[in-house]
Amino acid sequence: MLRQTAVHMRGLLARRASAAVTSSSVRMASHEVSETVDMSRPMYYDRVDVPLPDKPYKDLLTDADKTLKQKEKGPWSQLSKEEKIALYRLMFHQTYPEMKQKTSEWKTVLGGIFFFLGFTGLVVWWQRIYVYPPLPKTFEGDSQAMQLKRMLDMRVNPVQGFSAKWDYEKGQWK
Amino acid sequence: MSLAKPMMRGLLAKRLRFHLPIAFGLSFVAAIAFKYMVTEPRKQAYADFYKQYDSVKEFNAMREAGIFQSVRPSGE
Repeated sequence: MLRQTAVHMRGLLARRASAAVTSSSVRMASHEVSETVDMSRPMYYDRVDVPLPDKPYKDLLTDADKTLKQKEKGPWSQLSKEEKIALYRLMFHQTYPEMKQKTSEWKTVLGGIFFFLGFTGLVVWWQRIYVYPPLPKTFEGDSQAMQLKRMLDMRVNPVQGFSAKWDYEKGQWK
Repeated sequence: MSLAKPMMRGLLAKRLRFHLPIAFGLSFVAAIAFKYMVTEPRKQAYADFYKQYDSVKEFNAMREAGIFQSVRPSGE
């Protein structure tokens, strides 16, 4: 049996080696690489608390953009409103109102909180049934009555608290 | 389009000028309210309690109830 398995293994290994050699190039072509960002260079970011990012939004300017940038070097009163907005959009991605747009994220957060609270409730319920040991005898009604009587006998908090509410002459609560 | 230049300085000072008196005022009100709604009645309650307090009588009552270990009830 050992010789048979050895023959099997040799065949398998040969097949795997040939497969690796022939299909490696095909695999590389179909493999998708995600775009990597070089974080060692200045990056653009939209942040409410830091108004001026490290670099402008648009790096690669078309010819129209380049002429606009040249015009920007002159007096700004000669720029039209659309040109000023175009220059802004070259420099920045979002305006402050766009950045501050409220999202519906709070619904997801609240929903997640409630979901996990509910799940925790189920877990605790299961624990109550299958994990907790039985309650001690001192939790029963008679035992509790005895404890209460002893607290009154000891005059626990007689000024404003527990025993202050008990009428010792009549033997009942005030 | 020419907007007015926004406030660049003194923002914290302005906020404090407004909020600090309010904060102090509310804290004083809270303290005074606590004094006259909690501590004064409590002091009065203790004074009234001890005005009519007979410690020997209370001790004997407790002794008869059997809670002490050093003195048992007079019957035993």
